[in-house]
Amino acid sequence: MDAPLVELTGVRKSFGPVSVLKGVDLTVYAGKVTALVGDNGAGKSTLVKGLAGVHPYDAGTVRFAGEPVQLHAPRDAARLGIEVVYQDLALCDNLDIVQNMFLGREELCAGTFDEGRMERETAAALASLSVRTVQSVRQKVASLSGGQRQTVAIARAVLKKARLVILDEPTAALGVSQTAQVLELVRDLAARGVAVIIISHNLADVFRVADYINVLYLGQMVAALKAAETSHNEVVACITGLKSTAEPAT
Amino acid sequence: MSGWLARIRGGDMGALPAICGLLVLGLLFTLLSPYFLTERNFANLLTQAATLVMLAMALVFVILLGEIDLSAGVTSGVAMCLFVALSAPGGAALDWKTALALALLAGILIGAFIGFFVARIGIPSFVVTLGLFLGFQGLELMLIGSGGVYRITTPAILAIMNDNLPAWGGWVMLGAMLAVSAATALVDRGRRARAGLQNPPLLRLWLRACILLVIGGTVIWLLNQDRGTGLVAVAGVPIVVPVTLAILWAGTFVLDRTRFGRYLYAVGGNAEAARRAGIKVVMIRWCAFIVCSTLAVVSGLFSASRVGSVDAAFGRDIVLSGVAAAVVGGVSLFGGRGRLMHAAIGALVIAVITNGLGLLNLPGGVNYLVTGGVLILAATVDAVSRARGAAPRR
Repeated sequence: MDAPLVELTGVRKSFGPVSVLKGVDLTVYAGKVTALVGDNGAGKSTLVKGLAGVHPYDAGTVRFAGEPVQLHAPRDAARLGIEVVYQDLALCDNLDIVQNMFLGREELCAGTFDEGRMERETAAALASLSVRTVQSVRQKVASLSGGQRQTVAIARAVLKKARLVILDEPTAALGVSQTAQVLELVRDLAARGVAVIIISHNLADVFRVADYINVLYLGQMVAALKAAETSHNEVVACITGLKSTAEPAT
Repeated sequence: MSGWLARIRGGDMGALPAICGLLVLGLLFTLLSPYFLTERNFANLLTQAATLVMLAMALVFVILLGEIDLSAGVTSGVAMCLFVALSAPGGAALDWKTALALALLAGILIGAFIGFFVARIGIPSFVVTLGLFLGFQGLELMLIGSGGVYRITTPAILAIMNDNLPAWGGWVMLGAMLAVSAATALVDRGRRARAGLQNPPLLRLWLRACILLVIGGTVIWLLNQDRGTGLVAVAGVPIVVPVTLAILWAGTFVLDRTRFGRYLYAVGGNAEAARRAGIKVVMIRWCAFIVCSTLAVVSGLFSASRVGSVDAAFGRDIVLSGVAAAVVGGVSLFGGRGRLMHAAIGALVIAVITNGLGLLNLPGGVNYLVTGGVLILAATVDAVSRARGAAPRR
């Protein structure tokens, strides 16, 4: 087994008197999909926001590619190549796909946009994810379906050469065929050597894409399972707190 | 061409309804009045429209953000009052160039002031600029004295609206437009080719050049005819036309090809997405108000040049027409959609209505009624086309 890309050890986070993360360990491998599951309030979002640098951890160590790192601000995370695809996608409806993909870091040539280069790189990023459903990269995002939007948001992370992509409920608002599309995309992403963390409430989806399943229960990591060696029932038991395979940290 | 049709079907009609309206109105007034399609009225129409075109273009910068500047008209009034107070022989008697620079600086400062309250403090722009709309009327009065009217005596200022280019100047202008249009298109094609992308057929470029040549050529030929009534020949393109076209081109360049322009659309479309993409949203908002107020001063300059004087009510009535012009042209008040060209065409529609109804000797009330009706019609076309475009298609 390769060395992990991200290693969290004994991570803690409190908001005032409320202790949300009570010493959490998490290991994420490059080229693998790591699912993060747990009931509402288990601490999934807080764990992810710490990695994104939005709400820095209070205590614990974060190792990225073996090196201890500090994540105090979103730009710290961006510098390491950590990209978060939020649930509400953060795309501008009135711009086209190319413009959205390069928003905030447009390629310039003599002070003006090099549209040709941006269009080619957008097409290349979409093609590398085997996206075939988008007719034209010059389409306005407003005209895209939910699955296509999710695709664009994920492709944007690819374009930024992300090493760790965190997907927050990527299939929550999608229909059956679009969910399948996005899950395939997640597998492609991992196949490119990117480490993927996926947060989901849908265990069927999780079992379809994940290599590892990590279960949070009330701020503690109660299970770190291999997807191939566990079952739906075991994961549900962990989520509801009936079972714990890991020693809960104190 | 097919992409264009797809865009229209997708609810992005752009200026198409306004262009159709312009053609229909032009045809209607030509049939109804023998004076409408004459060289004299045509030149007159352009100078009448110039102030509104300029103001509507200024407003586009804030409307793209989903904001509004109700004080744009009186901002131009304050700046022009300042200009005459500074340059008039009885006043500070400054050189007119210095006075004009100070008037433009006043526009920048007013824009920065509005931007501070809207972008930093977070007050709705409607409220801030409504406050300034009232306040600046008082400021104008104080600058100019109640009932006072300053005449503009600077020949260079009066020339903008009242003098014309020589006949060859018009053709040089058309040549420059063709050259610039071809050059940008060729640079774009070059960049696409370098990126290994397919270019649209060269035929499209020729088509665009031909359309520009035919329309521009007709307009300039018309304007180069003698339209004087007395012994002195009056002919040529009014100077305001190249000035407006230059600003239109520069503004469109900024909006389409630079970061500031792109971020303006992004913030207007989804401010949160723009923020997450690392765009300094506050700064973009702030700058938009500065650009708007500064261009509003230019529209005031046009108006002062045409009227030949500045009084204490200068610029008070025009701002809502400016907003109407932008909306008629297809600029969305919700932000994120619209171009300077759209606002300019919308302003032409409103100017044609005013001009044509005036020629028909109809009472002034009709003008307002028709303009209002056209505005509501334009907003309806926009809303209906957008609702259809947003409907799910799979």
